[in-house]
Amino acid sequence: MKKLLMILEKEFRQVFRNPAIFRMVLIMPVIQLLVFPFAANYEVKNVKLSIVDHDHSAYSQKFIQKISGSGYFKLTSYEPSYLQAMKSIESGTADLIIEIPKGFEKDLVNDKAATMLIAVNAVNGVQANLGGAYAASIIRDFNAGIRTDWIQPPAFNAQPTIEVTSSNWYNPSMDYKIFMVPAILVTLLTMIGSIMAALNIVHEKEIGTIEQVNVSPITKLQFILGKLIPFWIMGLITLTLGLLVSWLVYGIVPVGSLGLIYVFGMVFLFTLLGVGLLISTFAETQTQATFVSFFVIMLFMLLGGLYTPIESMPGWAKLITKINPVAYFIEVIRMIILKGSGFADVKVQFFSVLALGVFFNAWAVLNYRKRS
Amino acid sequence: MIAITVKNIVKTYGTKKETITALDDISFEVSRGELFGIIGPDGAGKTSLFRILTTLLLAQGGTATVDGFDVVKDYKQVRNRVGYMPGRFSLYQDLSVEENLEFFATIFNTSIQENYNLIKEIYVQIEPFKKRRAGKLSGGMKQKLALCCALIHKPSVLFLDEPTTGVDAVSRKEFWDMLQNLKKQGITILVSTPYMDEAALCDRVALLQSGKIMSIDAPQEIVKSFKGQLWAVRSANMYALLKDLKQYEGTISCNSFGEFHHLLLKDGTNEKELLTYLNQHQHTSIELKKTEPGIEDCFMQLMNKN
Repeated sequence: MKKLLMILEKEFRQVFRNPAIFRMVLIMPVIQLLVFPFAANYEVKNVKLSIVDHDHSAYSQKFIQKISGSGYFKLTSYEPSYLQAMKSIESGTADLIIEIPKGFEKDLVNDKAATMLIAVNAVNGVQANLGGAYAASIIRDFNAGIRTDWIQPPAFNAQPTIEVTSSNWYNPSMDYKIFMVPAILVTLLTMIGSIMAALNIVHEKEIGTIEQVNVSPITKLQFILGKLIPFWIMGLITLTLGLLVSWLVYGIVPVGSLGLIYVFGMVFLFTLLGVGLLISTFAETQTQATFVSFFVIMLFMLLGGLYTPIESMPGWAKLITKINPVAYFIEVIRMIILKGSGFADVKVQFFSVLALGVFFNAWAVLNYRKRS
Repeated sequence: MIAITVKNIVKTYGTKKETITALDDISFEVSRGELFGIIGPDGAGKTSLFRILTTLLLAQGGTATVDGFDVVKDYKQVRNRVGYMPGRFSLYQDLSVEENLEFFATIFNTSIQENYNLIKEIYVQIEPFKKRRAGKLSGGMKQKLALCCALIHKPSVLFLDEPTTGVDAVSRKEFWDMLQNLKKQGITILVSTPYMDEAALCDRVALLQSGKIMSIDAPQEIVKSFKGQLWAVRSANMYALLKDLKQYEGTISCNSFGEFHHLLLKDGTNEKELLTYLNQHQHTSIELKKTEPGIEDCFMQLMNKN
């Protein structure tokens, strides 16, 4: 016990003397939480719009006003022909073309029907999808507007219609940030857990101090605990800072229990530190450890449901998410913060992460050798 | 009493394609309280041997004991009894002198106060800098601190792997004085060095070359075993002299040795003939005298013989 305390004392001294670690634990999370949620945003705005109006009628003008006033589109050019509009897509000055054919107004009035063409630059899939959808919904709206102008609706609908209105539960204003901030918090803990401890141990290998420690009667467990506990505490500090920032800056107050978030966070950090520890037993240099950690973190993040929902992944990817602690924690922290889930709701995830933690740590301890 | 036994130790490195034999069937014994030197050039296998004896490395074959404990089976006891100072400075550079010492004392279940008398003589020299970070110390002071850290738990056997490599002449001298004092306290010391002149300061030395022990004996005995008469030669042009001496038909070996070249002649070669030969080759201010061989000469002789 005295030895373990000494090791801990030494680790903390070194951490406080290393400005890089200190910055990484305290400043990095705050900055990331301040910057990411604004940048990592799915809402598509300012889609560059190019319009080809062959009709030049009152209706086409009205339509153009409506779409450019919607806030989603930025009218960047009027082109005389579709080919020229295509050129502006090629040169990158436009993302979406709307072509209004000649006789648009006439057809609309006479035949009660008119056609319109939308062409979208699909290099950026998300933008193309959403931009196209917005345009289509604006056209639908425009259409409905015309109908109410012209047709006197009968007192009762001739045909019964189902009207669909939706309400958004747990995030009523569909605020993207409320959804993203908790997940970003998880990525921060992932970084601290899997990289910092790994680098720390490999650093001792590089400078040779691990040899001196290996010759001593320190046991494997004492050495490993001495490495895990400081970073475990630092991870919890980061979690606290992150929760503070999300409350002060984004006004996010967990609906569920704060205690449950911490309990889950503790187990999650234990698991991720095990991953880091395992990496450190294989790596000989910090460069190796960094690259392997990055690979693992990328895998955890991309298959973790941070950006893309796990439900829409193919079967094999879904299987991988079953052994991905990050996926569990992202899911759970969203559940607790947004929905107010209790322990019973996250029981399965909790024990899964715990089991993964035991697995990774046990493997790391077995693989750690005091001699070669 | 025997402090260290090494029996038929074999250590190889490498893959299936290519193996390098670092230690090739090494056996020796070190008595308690002895200052034993392992002398050999870089790559002779010194560090591998030290790492095996300090339980950091597993040998492919053979057995070794330290203080009566097997380095493989009873590694825990061995770790409690040895002090190890690796060739490379490997203390925590971001901890102060005092903190390093305290750390190593605690992990060996002891305290600085308990064994202070053992390190006192060395520690007083670095004590004025005890608040300084180890990384900011000069080379000689780093080495003293490393020795203190290796000694703080009162080891019965001390392993020093090339402690004087990269240290200035004065500090080297001081360091060997410290070792003599430690020996008086009954600590067995195994020290390795590539410097032949340090061999004379050991009780016994083992000459190690390419993983094999060429000779084990007291330094003066090794010197006595030198065969033949050694000559020291110098002239105005030392480089040409070395070349010419090596080409001389009566020469067995000739090595550059500071101011002089050390020359070993075949039996029956006359020194007058040699002088004539050198005069023929336009050497001026030639000096030729008999000299006593040193450890390095013995090392060279043994090396050439193998």
